[in-house]
Amino acid sequence: MIDFLPPALILLAGALLIGLTRGALRTAVVMIAPLLTLAAIWQVPDGVVLDLPFLQYMIEPIEGSPVRRLFATIFALMAFGGGLYAYRQAKWYELAAAYAYASGAIGVSFAGDLISLFLFWELMALFSTVVVWCGGTPGARAAGIRYAVMHLLGGVVLKVGIEGVMVHTGSIEVRPMLADNFDHWMILAGILINAAAPPVSAWLSDAYPQSSPTGSVFLSAFTTKTAVLALILLFPGEPVLIGIGLFMVMYGIIYALLENDIRRILSFSIVNQVGFMVCAIGIGTHMAINGAAAHAFAHIIYKALLFMSAGAVVYRTGMNRCSDVGGLFRTMPLTAVCGIIGALAISGFPLTSGFTTKTMISQAAANQGLVWVYFLLAAASAGVFLHAGIKFPWFVFFQRDSGLRPKDAPWNMAVAMVFFSVLCILFGVAPQLLYAYLPYPVEYEAYTASKVLFYLQLLLFSGLAFFLLLPLMRRTETISLDADWIWRRALPVLWGWGQAVLGAAWGALLSGLGWLGQHLGERGRRYFGSEAGGEGRSHGVFARAWPIGTTALWIAVLLTAYVFFYYLA
Amino acid sequence: MKPDDLGKNAVKRDPDNAWLARPPTIRLLWWVFAAVLAVSVAAQIVFKVKGYFGVDGWFGFGAVFGFLSCLAMVLFAKALGWVLKRDEDYYEERDGD
Repeated sequence: MIDFLPPALILLAGALLIGLTRGALRTAVVMIAPLLTLAAIWQVPDGVVLDLPFLQYMIEPIEGSPVRRLFATIFALMAFGGGLYAYRQAKWYELAAAYAYASGAIGVSFAGDLISLFLFWELMALFSTVVVWCGGTPGARAAGIRYAVMHLLGGVVLKVGIEGVMVHTGSIEVRPMLADNFDHWMILAGILINAAAPPVSAWLSDAYPQSSPTGSVFLSAFTTKTAVLALILLFPGEPVLIGIGLFMVMYGIIYALLENDIRRILSFSIVNQVGFMVCAIGIGTHMAINGAAAHAFAHIIYKALLFMSAGAVVYRTGMNRCSDVGGLFRTMPLTAVCGIIGALAISGFPLTSGFTTKTMISQAAANQGLVWVYFLLAAASAGVFLHAGIKFPWFVFFQRDSGLRPKDAPWNMAVAMVFFSVLCILFGVAPQLLYAYLPYPVEYEAYTASKVLFYLQLLLFSGLAFFLLLPLMRRTETISLDADWIWRRALPVLWGWGQAVLGAAWGALLSGLGWLGQHLGERGRRYFGSEAGGEGRSHGVFARAWPIGTTALWIAVLLTAYVFFYYLA
Repeated sequence: MKPDDLGKNAVKRDPDNAWLARPPTIRLLWWVFAAVLAVSVAAQIVFKVKGYFGVDGWFGFGAVFGFLSCLAMVLFAKALGWVLKRDEDYYEERDGD
């Protein structure tokens, strides 16, 4: 047995206690549970710590390794920062669901076998759906249902793959594999659905902006990054991931450029950032995996920070669209500054955590001689600055004066934002703090004059492009169609048509049957109609009361015929 | 806080006439931005950018590549927007039926 509590269970217990406590005690639970979880995470040694019999399998719910501890750490840290940000504004059940959701992510981080991984995976799907529903609007309800359907579907695909691996290899170990047979493809697809990979990226930008201002902070962190960890553990070096990652990177930029909803812009940029990580996992070298892990760690912090900043704006103004806000720096200076720090970090500006982690991925591509990948990632870095780095702060805090004068963020939100801003800069100026905990030894120097200068040029001139091209980027009050059009519009319309066609066919069948029934009925009545049916001889021929003489005559005729044929034969 | 202090602050922090949003400030910021852009390229005279694939070590490559990438992405997004953009209540229309 083990001599410490499983980290995921501590946070799950915290989630339960949030529901059972009130007032200051609840606040204490919200603050302390993630810290206790963090302490437990750092007690997990390398290797399998716990194994339990489950059905006829031995499952390993806790297995330690540097990359697992790294992801669990950032998930716990995120729960803490999110809890601090949310605890005075969010409803208690949203907090409880968010903590249970985070505990699922931590459970996945330490899952040593596919069965435990799947169970925690579904725990996340369940409670993240609740977090979406906590948005409380009809839109949130509908988006939550679409979100749940997508994740249950993803879960089924993943389960099919896991079952296949169990049956065909007899092993349920979480170990590196390649997409070389049906089972592995299904596992890969199940994970990629959670990573918001094409063609189902739309679930993310559909659901996240519908949640509450506090809920979206939690949602931004766990699901996609757990999928990144699962890819690191199961599919490092799977070449197909390079192409998928590059597609996600570009998809995120283009859709974010078209978008008007503040938090939806940030949602598209999650897909974009996860694309960098997926691409790195596809490259698969030690440098690339380090880059993916480090980037996931840094990304959770600055993306949560961006969602916190956007959430504060939504909380204070009640407005979700760029075209409704603007000029908010006047009365929300702290929210603006923290938002700008997050925006610089996501853009990978030197001295921020984005620079020290994302450039590692580019370096890994360059080291492998992947020319196209390298230049596309560089172009994407410029695009990130364009769609998130400037677009988000510009349209929300500057642009024109919307006349709105909301108060700055409430103090707990402000403290959480400052905390995450400090982390963004800390890992930017002292990257070795993070490098020391990466899965492989780091031989990478982020701050060379060459790299700094190249990225400064790239980003600054992207900034120039943004301001020169502003007339082309005027906000329109529109949404952009995505693959979810297929199941939100095309399938219902087809269903409608199908129903109409089927209905018509059914109608035709029924009227046909009706006609037939009527026709047969008429015939039946003509031949079998009851005596009561008519007067005199007008009723059915088989139902008539024939005179006995007629019957005797027919019997005589038949007997005669019989005798005649008998002798003839 | 004394009333005259309050008055001074009120003038200084008047949100309707914020320093950052005044035209002279914006002009100044454009000049500063232009200078920063120029310095970032000129610095390449002193510090060598050693590219991985040759071209990326050229003078001002990062600047040109960054600018052109963004131009391409914005134009592509614009073109795609004509095809993909719909009214905000596009999906709600149905639900309302």
